[in-house]
Amino acid sequence: MSLPFLDVFRNGPQVRGLLAELTMRLEGGTTRRIMEVCGTHTMAISRQGIRQALPPELVLISGPGCPVCVTSNADIDRFIEISMLPGVIAATFGDMLRVPGTRMGLAQARGQGARVQIVYSTLDAVELARNNPDKEVVFFGVGFETTAPTVAAALLEARAAGLTNFYVLSVHKVVPPALEALCAAPKLAVDAFLCPGHVSAIIGPDAYLPVAEKYDMPCVIAGFEPVDILQSLIMITDQLNGERSVVETQYSRVVRPDGNPAARALMESVFDPCDAEWRGLGVIPGSGLSLKKEFSDQDAGNKFDVDVSYSREPKGCICGAILTGVKIPTDCGLFKTACNPGHPVGPCMVSSEGTCAAYYQYEI
Amino acid sequence: MSPVDNNRIQLGHGSGGKLTQELIESVFASRLNNPILARMDDAAIVELQGRLAITVDCHVVSPLFFPGGDIGRLSVTGTVNDLAMVGATALYLTAGFIIEEGFSVLDLERIIDSMSEAAMEAGIQIVAGDTKVVEKGAADGIFITTSGVGLIPAGIHISGSGARPGDAVIVSGSIGDHGVAILCQREGMNFETSLRSDCAPLGKLVREMLDASPRIRSLRDPTRGGLATTLNEIASASGVTIEIDEEKIPTKAEVRAACELTGLDPLVMANEGKLLAIVAVQDAERLVDTMRKNIHGKDAAIVGSVGHAEDGKTRVYIRTLLGSRRVLSMATGEQLPRIC
Repeated sequence: MSLPFLDVFRNGPQVRGLLAELTMRLEGGTTRRIMEVCGTHTMAISRQGIRQALPPELVLISGPGCPVCVTSNADIDRFIEISMLPGVIAATFGDMLRVPGTRMGLAQARGQGARVQIVYSTLDAVELARNNPDKEVVFFGVGFETTAPTVAAALLEARAAGLTNFYVLSVHKVVPPALEALCAAPKLAVDAFLCPGHVSAIIGPDAYLPVAEKYDMPCVIAGFEPVDILQSLIMITDQLNGERSVVETQYSRVVRPDGNPAARALMESVFDPCDAEWRGLGVIPGSGLSLKKEFSDQDAGNKFDVDVSYSREPKGCICGAILTGVKIPTDCGLFKTACNPGHPVGPCMVSSEGTCAAYYQYEI
Repeated sequence: MSPVDNNRIQLGHGSGGKLTQELIESVFASRLNNPILARMDDAAIVELQGRLAITVDCHVVSPLFFPGGDIGRLSVTGTVNDLAMVGATALYLTAGFIIEEGFSVLDLERIIDSMSEAAMEAGIQIVAGDTKVVEKGAADGIFITTSGVGLIPAGIHISGSGARPGDAVIVSGSIGDHGVAILCQREGMNFETSLRSDCAPLGKLVREMLDASPRIRSLRDPTRGGLATTLNEIASASGVTIEIDEEKIPTKAEVRAACELTGLDPLVMANEGKLLAIVAVQDAERLVDTMRKNIHGKDAAIVGSVGHAEDGKTRVYIRTLLGSRRVLSMATGEQLPRIC
């Protein structure tokens, strides 16, 4: 495996040249507030030290783009309760393991006897079901449009293989309705969106048209390397300076004009849109993905009846306000004191794409 | 029944009886052969004079065999390197084995062969050992603990607390090779890569370094937790800040690519054949020249410098490609690949 092309986007002199160009375009102008929607962008920005390098006229604000972070405690508790049921193997991506629920996280559930298996791909979870015919394998479907097609593929694969012991608890979410909800919120003080790269590779740039047109929001789809992010910020600044608001794609080496129709078709064959609860944003109509009726046999939400009426958000945690760009991690009284990566209070501190984790690890 | 007949380790091989005797003779003694071990008394007897360095290291790794090494090689180089990092010349190791019932004798032989080879490479002898067998499921194949002793030459004072403002920071080569090589072998990852673990004994490199510079303050091998953790340990122990430059840190393209795919950071990935040196700045370039002549230091580079503590705080910073400075934290917990 070799990806030498990565180095093209990490070239020091080029990166510093782009930074100088961006600074020149911003100097002396009004302050621009740009929200990076995607958690991977949040991490990349922190890791590359972009925030510290920017002139004061440009403020980057993190948005609701970490799938683990926007998952409500009720959904997390539901999966943990299911994981504790006898005969169940709970399969999840590693990110979820340390995320705290109301009473405990999955790691603690594992300590109390739950069988929790970390998988690297959804098809590994199907394999787990195949190899454990006497167990019920439940996969926690957390993620945006990037993850949902792979979960759809896993469900279809399990069905084709005649496996009756593979279930999905789907709390998948889709990005555009959340951006619209953010735009409609009175508290939002954001001038433009730095749009997710990989989600856009699936949904295509047109998915942001309503946001750009209805709410006058410049949208630029960005890659994740320093060159990508700086180029995208320059494109956004040019739109703002020129009083334009359109959808542009900087990450054109990955994002095609029509996105990935095959992945969308796969997703649509398995999921229906539904209302979904987002941490910090509340219930957003049409922002979730539930399993279609034909798949109700594999819907863990139907199959396993667990009581999560005790669920509540952690006390004092402001993850919700952070996910909507209203506050930043250092505004939180728990940040770095009661809440740290070893003892996370909210999900933003523990997810590898969480804003608090990014600030804790790289900025403070 | 002799272990070679059965090809699987049985509980009886750890009982201390006849089976144990056979296992020791047929698998261990023949491969780790040296006069001190051959006496087979309850304790090895050696004669040493001077300042002793003593260390112990437990080795658990999955998978047991990986490109560039195995748990046997790792168990020797790990301990030899710990001794080297205080300036000691490693001399003798002891080894304790906890083996899971049913473990393949052929695999065990491979592991001991590899320990023997690494011992030869490092110029040390394995002079005592012990083996226990635990029930199936009570261990993951094999765990190896090695302890080692070495002699520190007169006048050498190397410690994690020795870094001083103005010193230079040197790494001996590319970062993260071992951690990523292991990660790629783990079940479910299925990466195809030519990457190998850097697992190697560094004693000779360190001796050459000590000859080249009398002003080496700190040496550390950035194993678990990687370079980021080791730098933080030194900064904290020495009461200083350390700043490194992202562009100067040697990393292989495969390591960068694998980390990109999994969301992990090369700076927190383990190394098993690299060292970090803090040295007086006037010796730094000469030291790097010396290191580059050794196969284990051929990509050595000056990557940063030591500064005064800021507001009483000891920190590690990294200068990014953009020229901005951010905190470089210790690794926290298990490295888990990301969700999407």
